[in-house]
Amino acid sequence: MNTLKEVFKNMEYGPAPESAAAVNAWLDEHDRRFGLLINNQWVHPPKAKTYTTFNPATGEILAETTQAGQTEVNQAVEAARQAFTSWSKTPGWVRARHMYAIARNIQKHARLLAVLESMDNGKPIRESRDIDVPLLARHFYYYAGWAQLMETELREYQPVGVVGQIIPWNFPLLMLAWKIAPAIAMGNTIVLKPASYTRLSALLFAEIVVESGLPAGVVNVITGSSQAGSMIVTHPDVDKIAFTGSTDVGRTLRHQTAGSGKKLSLELGGKSPFVVFDDADLDGAIEGVIDAIWFNQGQVCCAGSRLLVQENIAEIFIAKLKTRMEHMRVGDPLDKCIDMGAIVDQSQWDTVDYWVKMGVSEGGDLFQPDISLPSKGLFYKPTLISGLEASAATVQEEIFGPVLVSLTFRTPSEAIALANNTRYGLAASVWSENINLALDVASKIKAGSVWVNSTNLFDGAAGFGGYRESGYGREGGREGLFEYLRPSWQARPRSTYQPPAADQPAPKWGEHIPEHPSMAPHPSGNGRNLPHIDRTPKMYVAGKQVRPDGNYTCAIHDSKGNLIGQVGDGNRKDIREAVEAAHAAHTAKPGWAMRHGYNRSQILYFLAENLDARNLEFVTRIISMTGCTKNAAQAEVDASIQRLFTYAAWADKYGGSVQETTLRGITVAVNEPVGVIGIACPDDFPLLGIVSLMAPAIARGNTVVIIPSQKYPLSATDLYQVLDTSDVPPGVVNIVTGDRDHLTKTLVQHEDVDSVWFFGSAEGSFQVEYESAANMKRTWVGYGLQRNWLSREQGEGHEFLHEATQVKNIWVPTGE
Amino acid sequence: MTSKNTRNPGMPLNLDWVLRAHINRSAVERRVATIPTRRTVKKEWQAAWLLRAITCMDLTTLSGDDTPGRVRRLCAKARQPVRPDMLGKLGFPNQDVTVGAVCVYPSRVKDAVEALKGSNIPVASVAAGFPAGQTPLPQRIAEIEQAIESGAREIDIVITRTHVLTGDWQSLYDEICQFRKTCGDAAHMKTILATGDLGTLTQIYQASLVVMMAGSDFIKTSTGKEEVNATLEFGLVMTRAIREYHEITGFKVGFKPAGGISKAKQALAWQALMKEELGDDWLMPGLFRIGASSLLTDLERQLYHFITGHYAARHHMPMG
Repeated sequence: MNTLKEVFKNMEYGPAPESAAAVNAWLDEHDRRFGLLINNQWVHPPKAKTYTTFNPATGEILAETTQAGQTEVNQAVEAARQAFTSWSKTPGWVRARHMYAIARNIQKHARLLAVLESMDNGKPIRESRDIDVPLLARHFYYYAGWAQLMETELREYQPVGVVGQIIPWNFPLLMLAWKIAPAIAMGNTIVLKPASYTRLSALLFAEIVVESGLPAGVVNVITGSSQAGSMIVTHPDVDKIAFTGSTDVGRTLRHQTAGSGKKLSLELGGKSPFVVFDDADLDGAIEGVIDAIWFNQGQVCCAGSRLLVQENIAEIFIAKLKTRMEHMRVGDPLDKCIDMGAIVDQSQWDTVDYWVKMGVSEGGDLFQPDISLPSKGLFYKPTLISGLEASAATVQEEIFGPVLVSLTFRTPSEAIALANNTRYGLAASVWSENINLALDVASKIKAGSVWVNSTNLFDGAAGFGGYRESGYGREGGREGLFEYLRPSWQARPRSTYQPPAADQPAPKWGEHIPEHPSMAPHPSGNGRNLPHIDRTPKMYVAGKQVRPDGNYTCAIHDSKGNLIGQVGDGNRKDIREAVEAAHAAHTAKPGWAMRHGYNRSQILYFLAENLDARNLEFVTRIISMTGCTKNAAQAEVDASIQRLFTYAAWADKYGGSVQETTLRGITVAVNEPVGVIGIACPDDFPLLGIVSLMAPAIARGNTVVIIPSQKYPLSATDLYQVLDTSDVPPGVVNIVTGDRDHLTKTLVQHEDVDSVWFFGSAEGSFQVEYESAANMKRTWVGYGLQRNWLSREQGEGHEFLHEATQVKNIWVPTGE
Repeated sequence: MTSKNTRNPGMPLNLDWVLRAHINRSAVERRVATIPTRRTVKKEWQAAWLLRAITCMDLTTLSGDDTPGRVRRLCAKARQPVRPDMLGKLGFPNQDVTVGAVCVYPSRVKDAVEALKGSNIPVASVAAGFPAGQTPLPQRIAEIEQAIESGAREIDIVITRTHVLTGDWQSLYDEICQFRKTCGDAAHMKTILATGDLGTLTQIYQASLVVMMAGSDFIKTSTGKEEVNATLEFGLVMTRAIREYHEITGFKVGFKPAGGISKAKQALAWQALMKEELGDDWLMPGLFRIGASSLLTDLERQLYHFITGHYAARHHMPMG
């Protein structure tokens, strides 16, 4: 009873361990050796290598797991493919019942899952018990609902097929839920690979799924190294890859899947800003910082790792933060009285330590509280580095550990500029008691999730995902469904282009030599014996017709090979100028995206009106270029005018929705523009092609750089005057004519372009997807396959709007 | 500013400071939700904390039917809050553990003083128009004087909620200054904000600052008569005000949640709040009191469980 007497005086905390008995019993039952779960069966490949998994807090061995090879990957994909034939046809309400059963079963095994997660990953039991596992169940309940509603609410869509999912080690169960739940809800089947450090909870989850009665092959879990990951990614019978992890690996996956027709969603890194204004509840914001950067030892992709504090309160705020940090407790993850557990692995610990030393060497002031750490295990003190500026690498690079850097700002606009001064765009937190300020800043920070006076809030009903190099695609909410859906009319794209093997020379793509005079007969069409007045169109940049930088032209021939005109032959610099103009249209006042939808719809109607006024002229031009019938040309022009009406309609009807999350308050999903979109138009439908792509982009507030039909560009160049007369602000639409591949190459390599849409060749589609990895821009390509642009099903609608927007979820808690 | 262990003398009303307060309710709620889930004590640690909670109790009876007999029984429990056999097993000699104070209405102070004679347990009296504060100021002051004269060494006064709700900080400050002056050296003053009657958390923070500036020794959540009593949300806001007041003036003001605290688990959560937001000094009776009555039995039962491993019957614990 001496302890009791001492504690009565010193009022210290003591150990409060959660029991590991049930987890140890489960591990022992498996002899601490795990196979792969394929087709609802444990598979133990006889010759497979094994991988030892550790408890990072103690160093003790938890179990041996299997390293899957090509045979096992093939086996899993085959199982998923076979299951797909029936699962995709299983009625939604039956799938919903299966998912409901899984959700219930998760809750029945909640503590076992939580304890295992903490032992395998090192996260505090409080987090796995109160956050990870409840959200795991929540996602299955939420998406069980979408399975139920799919047939009525998503009639125009079908499942994608077999999905390969690769998840990280920081939230093994939660990431698994984000991946699996929407996929199987929509009728897809899965091969999932957990991260090497943290494999056990996925295997336990797989057992829970089997126990719930999910049909064999719908969810297959295989463990393995990154090679096994590559085998999944490159497997020809996989239709989609979903990945959460580092931006570097995301880049590799983009390369590996380029041109394959596989859908790809990436949820990558971040260096998310945590912005505190001087009118914030400072004590509240301090707790926000704690949850932002020391949640899960800071190993969180959306961690608020860049603290931006208004200069006039910085001193007091940092002082409060330091005081608060002295109260943090780091220790045994199974202890119910700690704030931070262990770092997942020695290599990660080393990385964190490297960055802390880097921060100090860059001149930062290091602060770590005077608290004790366990004598062994991979523990790291909560760390604050202040006094650095944006130019420091420690401020720019993702550390993925318990390290916060702090900077100051003077004004709201400077706060926004600093918040956006990053290659990432995953999340942000904004603290102010002024609703005008908070919501204005929330709307201007480029990030997929913005938490007002709060941080790290998650729910099945709200999408999560990045802007910029934080990736693309959303997980959670209705928006999360589209990663696992394909339009009903569309078959799985299979490209005819085979990229050369890795040891072969890279293909020469996008190289272009300008033309010289072709000496063809001069077109004479004026019916009089007068010399022809040359009408060679220029480029259309920043609302002006400008001469091509290179001063070359290319000849345009009709379908019979007759020369019918010339257009400017654009080069890199024309693209550069066009992109600058497209950006200027955003920064102009009012910027294009900042105009209200009503205004944009008026401009689109005006475009339709002016196009209709020149209806005959456009019909004639189409006939002269393509040699099609008058009816066909008339149909194309009429469809183009209709399409402008369609997107004039959508200009003020796609703003977003209110998400029904568990937050008391309002969670709004805002469909924001992507930014600057480069568009390479298809060769066929010289007018309808450009209109079908330009109109949705600009309707939703993007500015565009368009490479028109290379073969038949004259309908596009004829549009210049229509654009001029329709009040389209300068720079919103920029058109550069010339060699499509040559111009696209510059566009896709341009790191200030946010998305590229490419409807040229199969090879070009490969190249666009491959090259997009430079800045992880979004892409939308046609793989050289035909699309019926005249059809309303294929040529307009939600698919286009989806590509023209990115979803930002703004969380606004309420209550005074 | 360095800490001073002397009583809070108060300071001139600083309205700039009061008016720049911002409290965000949802942030408060999130913090409060995780205090009991981030912090817990088990086994010997829990027993020690529970015993410590007993020493911080203001064992209270504030009813219309209080009689000298009722007060005597309560005071007897105050002297011996844990069964002697249990205290022995916990390793504490009897005299080590008593409650922090006994809290009664002014008319019962004499009974309590009598019953506690020979112990060091102070008698606390509510006063100043308890519970509503809707009594003319001279009578409220007279009530304090009378309670002190009867032997009260702690005075729990109520504020005029009207002043807070109308933003009349000057009047609030002036009234509390007068009460404090009346208490003088004879009694420590706990100021009850009656948080359940106030409109917003920001007002609670502001009122906390004003009454500390006016020289309160303690700030206290509730009379026990409001619709909503001591919640951790109110507690968090008030402790943060205490912390800021300490940071700026160097004076430590105590905190007393009261009303609705009847379970040991709640007491532990309040203690964790104190330790996390203010520090260990605020876990001792000099700066922390819990106003309660039935709580004591539950604390005693949990101690019994610690000693024997059996859950305790309520009727095995002597009544207070």
